[in-house]
Amino acid sequence: MTLNTLTIAEARDALRKREITSVDLTMSCLTAIDAADGLGAFVHKTPEIALEQARAADARLAAPGAPALCGIPLGIKDLFCTKGVPSQAASNILRGFKPEYESTVTTRLFDAGAVMLGKLNMDEFAMGSSNETSCYGNAVNPWRRQGSNVALTPGGSSGGSASAVAADLCLGATGTDTGGSIRQPAAFTGITGIKPTYGRVSRWGIVAFASSLDQAGPMTKSVRDAAIFLQAMSGHDPKDSTSADIAVPDFEAALTGDIRGKVIGIPREYRMDGMPAEIEALWTRGIEMMRDAGAVIRDISLPHTKYALPAYYVIAPAEASSNLARYDGVKYGHRAKLAQGDGITEMYEKTRAEGFGPEVQRRVMIGTYVLSAGFYDAYYNRARKVRALIKRDFETVFAEGVDSILTPATPSAAFGLGEMASADPVEMYLNDVFTVTVNLAGLPGVAVPVGLDGQGLPLGLQLIGRPWDEGNLLNHAYVLERAAGFVAKPEKWW
Amino acid sequence: MSIDIATARKVAKLARIRVEEEALPALAEQLSGILTFMEQLNEVDVTGIEPMVSVTPMRLTRRADIVTDGGIQPQVLKNAPEAREGFFAVPKVVE
Repeated sequence: MTLNTLTIAEARDALRKREITSVDLTMSCLTAIDAADGLGAFVHKTPEIALEQARAADARLAAPGAPALCGIPLGIKDLFCTKGVPSQAASNILRGFKPEYESTVTTRLFDAGAVMLGKLNMDEFAMGSSNETSCYGNAVNPWRRQGSNVALTPGGSSGGSASAVAADLCLGATGTDTGGSIRQPAAFTGITGIKPTYGRVSRWGIVAFASSLDQAGPMTKSVRDAAIFLQAMSGHDPKDSTSADIAVPDFEAALTGDIRGKVIGIPREYRMDGMPAEIEALWTRGIEMMRDAGAVIRDISLPHTKYALPAYYVIAPAEASSNLARYDGVKYGHRAKLAQGDGITEMYEKTRAEGFGPEVQRRVMIGTYVLSAGFYDAYYNRARKVRALIKRDFETVFAEGVDSILTPATPSAAFGLGEMASADPVEMYLNDVFTVTVNLAGLPGVAVPVGLDGQGLPLGLQLIGRPWDEGNLLNHAYVLERAAGFVAKPEKWW
Repeated sequence: MSIDIATARKVAKLARIRVEEEALPALAEQLSGILTFMEQLNEVDVTGIEPMVSVTPMRLTRRADIVTDGGIQPQVLKNAPEAREGFFAVPKVVE
C-alpha cells in the first residue's frame, strides 16, 4: 500500500470515484507515521480521531457533492488549538493543555471532511528557523546530503509539517508563517508552501506569536494541492477582527498555466553579498523558466529590503512579549512548584523561567526592552515606520504593473541539526532574509521546489503576489512547478 | 547601544522571567548583539512617515455591545493548574 504517497488532488479524485476509501488512505498514513518516529514530525498522534473521521468521510463520499478535502488525511501544526487534543505550541509552559475549543482553521477543515492524523512538531511558539527550539526535541529532514548520514533540519518553525509532508506521512499539513515559517521549511524539504495575504485565513484559535504578522497556510506536495487546501482554510471569520470580509475565489480554477504577458519583477536588492552560487544559478534558471512561459521579466527595486530583518526583529518580539504575557501559571499549562513564602510575583517568574525555552525567553525580553519607557520611540516606533516604507516599496512596483515577484526562498539548502548551536542568535535570523519582507507587507508568498543542489538537497524559489491575488500567484507558481519538473523524493532511511 | 548587567536584570524583572545572577552576563551579551543588529534602522530616513498600525487598509469591525458568550465556567477552569470553588487559585496577593 502506498496510498500515503498520493497528492491531495489524486486522492480527492480517487475518493470521489470510490476507487479508494478514506479509511484505507488514513490507515496507510498511520502506518507510515508509526514507522517514522525517527523524523520527530508527529508529536501527538490521534489515530482514533483519524479513523472516526475517515469512516464519516467515507459515508459522506457515498453521495455526490462531498467537499474536496473530504476524507483527506492531514497533519496539524501544534500551534493550532484542537479540542481535547494536546496543543502545546511545542512549549513546556503549555504542557498538558487540552483546549476546550477548536480553532477556526481546523473547524473549517473538519467541516469539509478532512481527517486529522495528529499534531506536528515545530519551534517553540513558532520562534525559530530549524525546529531546534521545540520542547519535543528536533524534527528531522527526510532529506540527507548524498553519501552522508548527518541529520539535517527540516527548517522552522513549521519543521514537523514540512518533514511529514516530504516523507509522505500525510497528504498535506497546516503551517503558520510569521517571518518565513511556512516557506523556509517548504524550501528545505522540497515541498510547496504558501503564506496567504494577511487576513485571508482566520487566526482564531491559533496560539499567537506576533499578531500583525502571523498567517496560517497549507504545506503540500504540489501547487494544485496548495490551491485546494488553501481554499478550504480561507474565508471571513467574525471571531478574528483582522480577518477580511472578502470573497474567496476558486484558487484551483486559477491554475490555467498561462502567464503570457504577465510581468514578473526581479528585485535587485535580493542579490545579496555572499549569496551562494547555487542559489544565484537557481534563481537565474527560474527567471528563464518564467520568460520561456511568456512572462515579461522586469528588473525592479525594493530599496528598503535590507532593513526588513532588523525591523522584524523589533516588531515580532514586541508583539510576542505582549502575547506571551498570558502564560502566567494561572489559567492553563505549567505552574512552577513554589517555595515557602513565595508570592504571586515569584510564581510568575519561576513559572515562566521553567516553561519558556531560551530563544522564547530572549525574544520576550527583547520585546519587553524595545517597548519599555524611553526606548519605545527609538526602536518600536522607528521599526513600524520602516515597515511602512517596506510596504510602500511593494505598492510602488505593483502600481507600475508588476504581477508577481520572483526571489530565492532561502539563502542556503537545509543545514545540519546542531550546526548553528554555537552561532550568534542573529545568524539564525538571517534564514528569513528573503521571506520576512512579505510578512511585514502583509502579502501572499509561495515557495516552490525548483531543483537540487550539488549535494542532492532541495532548493526552492519564492513568488510574491499582490494582496488578495493568491489565485494568480498560485498560477505563476504552477507554471514554475511545471517548468522545473521537480519530482525528486528523499531516499527512505527512517 | 549595549545592555549592561543591571539593564538585563531589569528587563528580566519586567518580563517576569527569573534569571539567575550568574546567567546575567551571557544574557546581556546576547541581548546587546540583537540590539546592535537593530541599530541599522537608524540609517533609514523616516521623516514624515507614520508608524504602521495595520498592514491591511481596513477598519477593524465592531460588534454590538451585547453578551454573546458565557455560562461555561467548567470549561474555563478545566486547564487551570489550581482551581478552587469555581475560581482560579493563586498564592496570597494581599497581606
